[in-house]
Amino acid sequence: MSEPEKRPLIQMQNVNKFFGKFQALKNINLEVRKGERIVVCGPSGSGKSTMIRCINRLEEHNEGHIIIDGNELTNKVKDINAVRREVGMVFQSFNLFPHLTIVKNLMLAQQLVRKTSKAEARETAMQYLERVKIPEQANKYPIQLSGGQQQRVAIARALCMKPEIMLFDEPTSALDPEMINEVLEVMVDLAKEGMTMICVTHEMGFARSVADRIIFMDLGEIVEQAPPKEFFDSPKNDRTKKFLSQILSH
Amino acid sequence: MSFDLQLIAESLPMMLMGIGITLKLLVISGILGLLLAICLLLMRISGRWYFNVPAQIYIYVFRGTPILVQIFIVYYGLPQFEAVRDSVFWPILREPTGCAILALSLNTGAYVSEILRGGVLGVDKGVLEAGSALGMSAHQKFIYITAPIATRLALPAYSNDVISLLKSTALASTITIADMTGIARTIVADTYAPYEIFISLAIIYMIFTFGLQKLFGVIERYLSRYTKREG
Repeated sequence: MSEPEKRPLIQMQNVNKFFGKFQALKNINLEVRKGERIVVCGPSGSGKSTMIRCINRLEEHNEGHIIIDGNELTNKVKDINAVRREVGMVFQSFNLFPHLTIVKNLMLAQQLVRKTSKAEARETAMQYLERVKIPEQANKYPIQLSGGQQQRVAIARALCMKPEIMLFDEPTSALDPEMINEVLEVMVDLAKEGMTMICVTHEMGFARSVADRIIFMDLGEIVEQAPPKEFFDSPKNDRTKKFLSQILSH
Repeated sequence: MSFDLQLIAESLPMMLMGIGITLKLLVISGILGLLLAICLLLMRISGRWYFNVPAQIYIYVFRGTPILVQIFIVYYGLPQFEAVRDSVFWPILREPTGCAILALSLNTGAYVSEILRGGVLGVDKGVLEAGSALGMSAHQKFIYITAPIATRLALPAYSNDVISLLKSTALASTITIADMTGIARTIVADTYAPYEIFISLAIIYMIFTFGLQKLFGVIERYLSRYTKREG
């Protein structure tokens, strides 16, 4: 683990997060190395989304340290922007900009944040639309696309920023079943290319085949983490066993 | 009673001579009011109390008092102050038209700022989070995401306010301005035929309103082009 390319990209140290009196995250310690693929699972309300939203500061942690690729997340706008440039995020509800065409959805942040020229931004956008296999939709508006297509556009939009890390917050939960695979395929490709990924998902097939490590959360805590085989075949914690029996029983 | 069509035919062209002034009041107050509204909106959503509170007080005062009273205060009240008479604004404020435009702008600005705020609040939070996650700054998100979406959301209520402003311009006739209503009142004073004249006047305003409705319909269709499933 001492090779330079295996440096820790994400470090969360004793992170606590409160919503009013409710403690959403309890003493989270997590280290993710470059190229690692992490799947986070757990019952609803267990803090999975909150945890990954803290990584790019969509939620503010109250205590502890979060260090992304050497930059500690503080209240300073500069630090936050430095981190957000490195971290791409895909949301459950796609969150495409409804008033912009697909290609402009991909170009906007490149031009504003990366300061790339219009021509270059368009070229990068088309390149990533090819990768998610929908270049022909470039001039449509988001509402004219299916959910699966919209989510692939959202992934492409994040990739256009050339992030070091990709966060997925239940990317397939809002999709009709027949569209889930087209999104998972894109994610699998991304994993094969060595992208550092943290995915909150209930897709256990994906977790089993792609994840290096599965993290199980419950009531704001990381209860157990293990490689997929160990996680599914011999979970140690009772809460993990109960959760697995519930989601794998049918 | 008889309905004097001859009189209507004669007075219509006279009233239409006031259309220029009505239009001037509408367009200038509309534009100044919109600019004021945008300032008030930015103050309201700035998240800083020293901007937010004054804007709220302003809006409360101008929505809480009749527009006619506001026109009277500007027209009869402001010239009482020497500072106003000495100021660079005096050439504007000594004219009734300037006073009417000022009062109408101040009034419509208060209403429109709340209409715009409604649009801003209607923008989906998730879309703004996506902007944040891509590293966009607060200003960039406002200009490139919030503003265009909020404009579309606010447009139906905004067109309502512009139509309302058109009708408020008629109040300018109370401070000697010869807009369409002012001319109509003069004709009525001469002819003692309020029925014919005011009904004709009402019809002119309705035709005017119809034009505004059509105009806003076109803008609305343009701004809503991305909400149709079929492209």
